[in-house]
Amino acid sequence: MSGGVVEIESAGLRFGDRVLWSGLDLDVRPGEFLAVLGPNGSGKTSLLRVLLGLQSLSSGSASIAGRPPGRGNRRIGYIPQQRAMDEQLTLRGTDLVGLGLDGDRWGFGLLGAGRRRKRIAELVESVGAESYAASPVGRLSGGEQQRLRVAQALIGEPDVLLCDEPLASLDLTHQRVVSELIDSRRREADTAVLFVTHEINPILSYVDRVLYLVNGQFRIGTPDEVMNSETLSELYGTRIEVLKVGGQIHVAGAQSALCEDEVHHHVGERVS
Amino acid sequence: MDKLFDFELTARLLGLDFVQMALLAAAVLGLVAGTLGPLIVMRRMSFAVHGTAELAFTGAAAALLLGIGVSYGALLGAVVAALLLGLLGGRESERDSVIGVILSFGLGLGVLLLWFYEGRASNKFGILVGQIVAVEPQDLTALLVSAGVVLVVLGLIYRPLLFASVDPGVAMAKGVPVRLLSPLFAVLVGIATALGVQIVGALLVVALMVTPAAAAARITASPLRATVLAVVFAEVAAMGGIILSLAPGAPVSFFVTAISFTIYLVCRVIAYAKGRERRVAVTSASAAPEAHRPGVR
Repeated sequence: MSGGVVEIESAGLRFGDRVLWSGLDLDVRPGEFLAVLGPNGSGKTSLLRVLLGLQSLSSGSASIAGRPPGRGNRRIGYIPQQRAMDEQLTLRGTDLVGLGLDGDRWGFGLLGAGRRRKRIAELVESVGAESYAASPVGRLSGGEQQRLRVAQALIGEPDVLLCDEPLASLDLTHQRVVSELIDSRRREADTAVLFVTHEINPILSYVDRVLYLVNGQFRIGTPDEVMNSETLSELYGTRIEVLKVGGQIHVAGAQSALCEDEVHHHVGERVS
Repeated sequence: MDKLFDFELTARLLGLDFVQMALLAAAVLGLVAGTLGPLIVMRRMSFAVHGTAELAFTGAAAALLLGIGVSYGALLGAVVAALLLGLLGGRESERDSVIGVILSFGLGLGVLLLWFYEGRASNKFGILVGQIVAVEPQDLTALLVSAGVVLVVLGLIYRPLLFASVDPGVAMAKGVPVRLLSPLFAVLVGIATALGVQIVGALLVVALMVTPAAAAARITASPLRATVLAVVFAEVAAMGGIILSLAPGAPVSFFVTAISFTIYLVCRVIAYAKGRERRVAVTSASAAPEAHRPGVR
């Protein structure tokens, strides 16, 4: 054992004869920030589903927080993509955070209500959501919701944080706020972060390593090692231009490469 | 209609055994319906409740024809309906039409069964629109037992069910058996619906299962407070409806639905007034520059 919070060994995932990825070896250390990048359909979210125990591997093995992936590992925190919630939904911000603490437990849980309330208040404060935490979640903006999502995921003191596009559809200010919150958590509590995203720039300064999935192939390394023209061109199998401008990374040409791989699905079977 | 305010007659009727039995049944139903209501509203199951009630009607009609207790027939019909809806309508896009399909067939079948029935016509009418004289002692026992079962099971699954209802993605990630809870909750709703069929009738069950919770959702966002309010509203509608119907001897269902609807309207007015206050407050607050809240609606 190398002491990784997430350990994936020669893992493969296929749906029918479509290989999402295979031969994946990955160790994520405590406190490490790993960005999972790649075009739509490359299996980024499926990787999270495997780690959550919602999807089993076709080959290889994985462990997370000291256990094989399975339902309801309480040492995992999960932050989903922002989604619109019904404005009439009878749920306040504090209730949403509280569900992260004990929503998976049977029974009413009337005992320890005071302690529960205190814990929720602490988490709400830690993400700076005091002013709107008592409002119905359906009336909050996307950014406000995502801050509460961070609190919801962190209230269980997770060892690993799995994030599935948590910044999608947020404005730039909230993208920064939410990613700062996630980053400070991993610095303070050594929580490992697996951050699935299609856009690396908002989190670029926090990322230790990148897992880039394309067409059944992948590269793992520091942002500099992976996010360059040579590596990405090799991955996409076509000319990709990576431009670094003002501390941001822009990938040109990946879009057209993407259109091609929609047509030739069998290309995915040529695996690195 | 002047009989409506004949308090002396009402008081005399309240002393009768069958009236007290009906009130007790209504109280139990109000408790169960009010407790389930907020979850029904959150899960957008109003139409499913209606569909389940129609099949409870079919079951009740069959029981009437066979000469067994109407309550058992209603219970069986409602549980079968709940399971069918759970099995056939797994995907949300499909659920709506599946309910419509099952509901209409069940209703048609029930009408045929009633046509075969040669007993009292008021019995036929009763299972559609409710009648309090229909509550008999053995019905009351069945009512109490099934209400107890519903409340205990709901107590056990409450938190995961709430999680799965409001936040299915994260609930699933946290290991909540979301797919198992749906049919289980549908069965609980089925049992409660069957109880309601005996008091307000199959056509109007929604007035007790959905309206009180929908009203509560207008004025609070707290799941606990919404449940308490829904229970209070359902009790007021169910018991108040029976009491008001006594003196004029008019159908219970009208009074139950009228009270329920009035409560709903009042809650909407309160919500509107509160919303106006809030909008005014937000507008005056945003007059002062506040950079950090870009998304206030």
